[in-house]
Amino acid sequence: MKTVYERPKSLNDRYFHYCPGCGHGVVHKLIAEVVDELGIQGKTIGVAPVGCSVFAYWYYDFDFSQAAHGRAPAVATGIKRAKPGSVVFSYQGDGDLAAIGTAEIIHAANRGENITVIFINNAIYGMTGGQMAPTTLVGQKASTAPLGRNPQNEGYPIRVCELLSSLTGPTYLERTAVTTPAEITKTKKALKKAFQNQLDGAGFSLVEILSQCPTNWGVKPVDGTKFIKEQMMPVFPLGVYKDISEERKGSK
Amino acid sequence: MAKEFVKGNEAIGKAAILAGLDCYFGYPITPQSEIPEYLSAELPKVGKVFLQAESEVAAINMVYGAAGTGVRVMTSSSSPGVSLKLEGISYMAGAELPCVIVNIQRGGPGLGNIAPEQGDYFQATKGGGHGNYRLIVLAPDSGQEMADFTMHAFNLAEKYRTPVMLLGDGYLGQMKEAVEFKTPERIKTDMSWTIGNQEKNGHQVISSIDIEPEILEQRNLRLLAKYKEIQKTEVMYENFMTDDAELIVVAYGITSRVARSAVEIARQQGLKVGLFRPKTLFPFPKNELKNLTSRVKKVLVCELSTGQMVEDVKLNSACDADVYFYGRCGGVVPSDLELVEQFKKISEGKGVIWE
Amino acid sequence: MSKVKIAEINCKECGLCVEACPKKILRISDRLNAKGYRVVECIDDNQCVGCAACAKVCPDIVISIYKD
Repeated sequence: MKTVYERPKSLNDRYFHYCPGCGHGVVHKLIAEVVDELGIQGKTIGVAPVGCSVFAYWYYDFDFSQAAHGRAPAVATGIKRAKPGSVVFSYQGDGDLAAIGTAEIIHAANRGENITVIFINNAIYGMTGGQMAPTTLVGQKASTAPLGRNPQNEGYPIRVCELLSSLTGPTYLERTAVTTPAEITKTKKALKKAFQNQLDGAGFSLVEILSQCPTNWGVKPVDGTKFIKEQMMPVFPLGVYKDISEERKGSK
Repeated sequence: MAKEFVKGNEAIGKAAILAGLDCYFGYPITPQSEIPEYLSAELPKVGKVFLQAESEVAAINMVYGAAGTGVRVMTSSSSPGVSLKLEGISYMAGAELPCVIVNIQRGGPGLGNIAPEQGDYFQATKGGGHGNYRLIVLAPDSGQEMADFTMHAFNLAEKYRTPVMLLGDGYLGQMKEAVEFKTPERIKTDMSWTIGNQEKNGHQVISSIDIEPEILEQRNLRLLAKYKEIQKTEVMYENFMTDDAELIVVAYGITSRVARSAVEIARQQGLKVGLFRPKTLFPFPKNELKNLTSRVKKVLVCELSTGQMVEDVKLNSACDADVYFYGRCGGVVPSDLELVEQFKKISEGKGVIWE
Repeated sequence: MSKVKIAEINCKECGLCVEACPKKILRISDRLNAKGYRVVECIDDNQCVGCAACAKVCPDIVISIYKD
């Protein structure tokens, strides 16, 4: 019997604290699979955010630094500049990256830091109990927008891939989703490319992943998948927003 | 060794490089911008990392990242910029990360001005950011000490795995003095806790969060024990003409230079005055002050503030010692003659007790 | 050896694998695990084609898949 799928080696067997159906579990797996396949477990350093995944470091058998809210790209910059031989990735939610951390992500991307950023977009604040996020959809209810997001008062959802694609600094920006097996496979491919770019010295890579938060959306996980497909994808279209990986190889 | 005629800010930069600075992350702010400017030119020459961050917040978080890997890392700013860093400093204290933070103080509060002040004493010595932590705070009084204390700061930071603050001010930063740059001794410490050092197995985590209250309490008690050890071991101070003094002036930094001159003038006029100069503001020289004030009953605290260090002086002086305060702020610095007037007033019984 | 190995202790009854399986051989059982979730089970292991769609969508690494 050959193994088609088993727990990836760099993921330990600790029980995930995430809610049933949460996208974090899926992405955590994919990261571990990529790290295993690239053979970089010994030199990978993750930067954990503030959010549901603040404890991401519980689950991986490699080094981690837990960062202040929004500051993961700066922390990752510090680590990478100090230890350029490490493979450094930050893992951030939409409050962390697109609210409090807007300056840090823009400037890390602008400097073309040779790091990998994994951005989990679930259109809500998970850990703190369902408040509005910069990525919350117009009309979507949140605990701090009980009547639904009103653009007159709260503005519109921020599209991070599009925003960063206006900068010369970044090398690779792609938006994927963790919904169906096919989309999950595409997400893994994007993550692998984002890590490979770092190994190739190609500069800044970011993968934005549409992910569900069944608890704060108030839906069953199978309906969460539908919400991503029907409501989120029209606002946050999947696809590659920038890719000059080939020409940037060896530049960092 | 030959002395160099350098600005205080540059003395810090050069001393840091001699002490083995690996990474500097900072942001321009008057009156300390010469530090990033100097290091932007000099660090790349020795193959080390200089990066101007997008803000003081980003800079302290870059420091947090790099410090976790065990390299020698520094940031610098001035009062309002240090306020921005306080969250990151609290994180570094909690995660027990070594680093050097330079504060070249300016007028406050708020935007204040770019002239020198000593209004950040509370911020520096009482934590400043949230939580139960302290910084080691070194207070140089000259270009020479700006250099020497920078070197000492790196060793202290690694010895105790804690951030160390160098508390200067705009005068010390901008003044040019003759400085002898020594070759510092680099004391090796255990680095097995760091990340990114691939020789070892298992995984290291740099973090300041403990979700379970009993575990977080343990972390806080560990930090407390550390600060108690620092209080026992790392106090530095200077006594100038205090042996037979009837009045001592307590001052640090640039103010202590003025006070020193004032003491000399006063002595010529027959007043028995001495200067007690804390060199470490945390740990505060509590025992030394207690001993001094068991004999000397008149203490004048002089600061470029409306009264911050005076609280610690009062707390640690003998109960029957009279504590007075004289301060200027906003960038105004008293002259030596101004202080001599204060000495005379107090000696004649006309001083106003500080409350 | 079965093709579908289920670590029941990790299952959180999210139902994503049941939806994802193209052969429709997964279902939520009546058995509770220690956390109080009703765990997933495979109705007919022989029908498993080893596509691992279930393992891919599972957020909790409940399912391991093997093939002849």
